[in-house]
Amino acid sequence: MAVLVVAAHDGKTVRSNVANAVTAASQMDPDVHVLVAGNNAGEAAKSAAAIQGVTKVLDAEDAAYANWVAEDVAPLVVKLAPGYSHVVMAADSVGKNLAPRVAALLDVAQVSEAIKVVSPDTFVRPIYAGNAMATVQTADKIKVVTIRPTNFKAAAGGGSAPVEQIGGTGAGGLASYVGAELSKSERPELTSAKIVVSGGRGLASGENFKMLEALADKLGAGLGASRAAVDAGYVPNDYQVGQTGKVVAPDLYIAIGISGAIQHLAGMKDSKTIVAINKDEEAPIFQVADYGIVGDLFQIVPELTAAVEKK
Amino acid sequence: MKVLVAVKRVIDYNVKIRVKADNTGVETANVKMSMNPFDEIAVEEAIRMREKGLATEVIVFSAGPAQCQETIRTALAMGADRGVLVQSDAELQPLAVAKLMKAVVDKEQPGLVIVGKQAIDDDSNQTGQMLAALLGWSQGTFANKLNVVDGSAEVKREVDGGLENIKIKLPAVITTDLRLNEPRYASLPNIMKAKKKPIEMLTADALGVDIAPRLKVLKVEEPPKRKSGIKVKTVAELVDKLRNEAGVI
Ligand SMILES: Cc1cc2nc3c(=O)[nH]c(=O)nc-3n(C[C@H](O)[C@H](O)[C@H](O)COP(=O)(O)OP(=O)(O)OC[C@H]3O[C@@H](n4cnc5c(N)ncnc54)[C@H](O)[C@@H]3O)c2cc1C
Ligand SMILES: Cc1cc2nc3c(=O)[nH]c(=O)nc-3n(C[C@H](O)[C@H](O)[C@H](O)COP(=O)(O)OP(=O)(O)OC[C@H]3O[C@@H](n4cnc5c(N)ncnc54)[C@H](O)[C@@H]3O)c2cc1C
Repeated sequence: MAVLVVAAHDGKTVRSNVANAVTAASQMDPDVHVLVAGNNAGEAAKSAAAIQGVTKVLDAEDAAYANWVAEDVAPLVVKLAPGYSHVVMAADSVGKNLAPRVAALLDVAQVSEAIKVVSPDTFVRPIYAGNAMATVQTADKIKVVTIRPTNFKAAAGGGSAPVEQIGGTGAGGLASYVGAELSKSERPELTSAKIVVSGGRGLASGENFKMLEALADKLGAGLGASRAAVDAGYVPNDYQVGQTGKVVAPDLYIAIGISGAIQHLAGMKDSKTIVAINKDEEAPIFQVADYGIVGDLFQIVPELTAAVEKK
Repeated sequence: MKVLVAVKRVIDYNVKIRVKADNTGVETANVKMSMNPFDEIAVEEAIRMREKGLATEVIVFSAGPAQCQETIRTALAMGADRGVLVQSDAELQPLAVAKLMKAVVDKEQPGLVIVGKQAIDDDSNQTGQMLAALLGWSQGTFANKLNVVDGSAEVKREVDGGLENIKIKLPAVITTDLRLNEPRYASLPNIMKAKKKPIEMLTADALGVDIAPRLKVLKVEEPPKRKSGIKVKTVAELVDKLRNEAGVI
């Protein structure tokens, strides 16, 4: 039986992590369908059809799907699910909100944040902030799985799967979307950026993050932060990297004024190369850093910014 | 309106966990246990609602071994009114916990349920959403701000791009994110008072709930270790390494 990937999208394109979910899904079964539920989301459905490995796209149009209200999208997924062996979503804020609701309605368990598909019913997932890896097997007939995008290569583009229009399931009236306060940024999105520059409490103020912005812009990097920096109000919540924030695995992660608590490491220790800048040579961040530099960030960061070439 | 909050007993967030030698799980013997930090936030939010006159009673739910009573006591010492423990020494997975909570909700009829967005041990991030589904209720997940106004709740949610505002009908399930509030510490007099507050003991059998695990844990292993790196002395050396050794800039 085929796998159903439920895609988050903005109406025009599906999120880039859908291509990672498709790769994970094709390891469960080669027949991969993508559900794009939206209101005038035809363009997004087309973008899903272009992902290689996708065999069919279901475009479900309904005014109720305009803003990804889980209460309204879940019934649609539940209606389609019996035709599939797996329901797969990326473990982002959309997937984390929706997938458990779907699983409970189907009376099945959910495998959260799989990082490896061992076989169609067996998955590896991190527990305890990534300090242990559990291999879990599910006996449920429909398997609901969220996958950690950074652990699966994005499927290439250039595909041309057929798009099928299907009807919606309407609004249940339980919840409505009011609006969003999104952080505006021209920088690459944190979870897909090749380079991430991240700041912690050591930055001491939001104003000082400008220094990291200058470095990030020169490197073409995304900007991240520790929980302490977010809690202190230096940067918005969506910058948080870690166990309870975003998981990133860029080619280069530069941790600046971050001590390296296990909750932070959980979100970045799969990065290819890690650089730590910290004035405390005992800081735990140095245990995972490939290159550490002990010293005052207020001196080192401007020096580094001056020394790298603009990308 | 009654508010029901869930508290899970987990290994304290400061403990460096160890995987058991036989790869069946994580060492929990002689390890400091605490309330899941997200649940402290849930308890705090519920108590504030009662203090503002929005809630009449705060009931604390936990599921797990007898020691979970200590976790419930911690919540009672913060200011919650009474506890309910579904005692079980069996492994409880999120779907089972959600079903147990549903049984308690059916009995207690709260107007709002608040749980943590994720337990820091199993990191599932499922229970609240599952409970909302089983009850047919709305869900306000990853709450950064909660405002209860006549029969509905305005919830500011922490999402990938920033914050999102939704309005949901009550009764509802809320899951807490880190910035919802800063939980209080229990004062000594309140810790003493909490000892006299009632905790009702229940079992899954008595509630008629099937808690059999659906996921079988085949093994638990250590994650791969990163090989240790080096310290560089100067920015010039760092840039050289990044360019010529790592090849990342
Ligand atoms: C339930 C829970 C969930 C959590 N989830 C997360 C999460 O997802 N992500 C996360 O990051 N944290 C998380 N945390 C918090 C985590 O435990 C740490 O408190 C946090 O990561 C610390 O942030 P920090 O490293 O910025 O601050 P600190 O630990 O205070 O470190 C600041 C560092 O900056 C250095 N420094 C200061 N000044 C300078 C200077 N001038 N030059 C150079 N270095 C300097 C210091 O030496 C220090 O090492 C969570 C905690 C809990 C309880
Ligand atoms: C390798 C491994 C070993 C395990 N070993 C054990 C074991 O020895 N003993 C055992 O009991 N379980 C064990 N489990 C099961 C695991 O702890 C459950 O999956 C867990 O109870 C529910 O997942 P979660 O806490 O991550 O849920 P989440 O959905 O992340 O929890 C979210 C919120 O739900 C509420 N909640 C969840 N569980 C409870 C609860 N029990 N009581 C009150 N509120 C709750 C809390 O408010 C919590 O913040 C094991 C799992 C694995 C993978």
